[in-house]
Amino acid sequence: MSAFFSLIRRDLSLAWKHGNALLMALGFFIIAISLFPLSLGPDRETLGRVAGGVIWVSALFSVMLTLERVFGPDHEDGSLEQLTLLPLPLGMVALAKTIAHWIIASLPLVLAAPLVAVALNLPLNQVGILAIALLLGTPALSAIGCLGAALTLGVRQSGVILSLLILPLFVPILIFGAGAVEASTNGTGAQGALQILGAISLIAIVLGPPVTASALRLAME
Amino acid sequence: MSALQGYKVQSLACRRGGRMLFTGVSFALDAGDALLISGRNGVGKTSLLRILSGLVRPEDGQLFIGNTSADDDPEAYRAPIAYLGHRNALKPALSVRDNIQFWAGLRGGMRTEDAMIAMNITHLADTPVRLLSSGQKRRSALARLYACGAQLWLLDEPSTGLDAASRKRLDAMIARHREEGGIVIAVAHGDLIMPDAKDLRLEDNAL
Repeated sequence: MSAFFSLIRRDLSLAWKHGNALLMALGFFIIAISLFPLSLGPDRETLGRVAGGVIWVSALFSVMLTLERVFGPDHEDGSLEQLTLLPLPLGMVALAKTIAHWIIASLPLVLAAPLVAVALNLPLNQVGILAIALLLGTPALSAIGCLGAALTLGVRQSGVILSLLILPLFVPILIFGAGAVEASTNGTGAQGALQILGAISLIAIVLGPPVTASALRLAME
Repeated sequence: MSALQGYKVQSLACRRGGRMLFTGVSFALDAGDALLISGRNGVGKTSLLRILSGLVRPEDGQLFIGNTSADDDPEAYRAPIAYLGHRNALKPALSVRDNIQFWAGLRGGMRTEDAMIAMNITHLADTPVRLLSSGQKRRSALARLYACGAQLWLLDEPSTGLDAASRKRLDAMIARHREEGGIVIAVAHGDLIMPDAKDLRLEDNAL
């Protein structure tokens, strides 16, 4: 178990030392969102209406951007071989990587989202729903994303293939995530959508890492 | 470190890209033994080491440590093995000590400082790996191997990039490992001195 936590700690400290990984996702997230008022115009009512969807789409792309770095550097410098050789099931290594990715790439977005939501004039009662929806949905983004990263490991132009592979799988999370915010406006209640988001994340976290491990084994061959 | 009893390999075969690289590779080693694998480029030396490490499954054949078979209990089979491939698995941003300590910690190894003394990199302990020369990186990777305290070492051309003095240190480190009851299996091209090592010459299967 201590090996599991030291794997997570290592990824966090590497991200911290490099700095860019952390700032890249968050920076992209904020810049992408700030483009919408420029293109849609400064009308506060319009912005408030689209804010939920805009933030979710931006979160998806920000997470996308970091996926290549989950296994890429470890694959290149030989660390992945060594991780595969640990007397630890590879699924546990993949789970540690997934959790570390969530903390590095997704958690900052969850924390920053309420601020940008307010800036986009999302009604205050929906800001809370948005934050909860992101908190429940982003673990699935990390789990599915890491799986995609493992599958495209060592493939040329893996970035493009990764997007084509992963974005369709992100669609349900996007629908229910943005749907939760939308539902709280028109009075149908966000609870159902949030529960489904949580369910998707649970399934992704349980099933993702073992499949990721198999994909990593294939990349080792 | 406890001595490793009975490492046994039976009729291994390896296929890569549809071509049979080798078949019928068998050997048995005991505590303190060393095996030198030689053969022409591309004959499958690295592939053999990767099979022995458990990274790649053999096309055919079996691997045993004592009574533990790699098929039945892969985690227990991997536990006493350390593999050093062509790549050093060092993180450029971390210091030499942090790099070694991380893997030693995961493997339950307790001798990071000893290992750095053995490969003469103590003066570089706090230097980030990105500032090291390729020889110094190789020495750090070798120190990690020693620090992990594994009983069976699989070395793929371990002396690449090492100067004469460092090669001597490597030979001494391997000798010490064998005295402690460890086993070494190495791929090398004549620049590694292992007294009384057994020889395994892989022959070209394609001809």
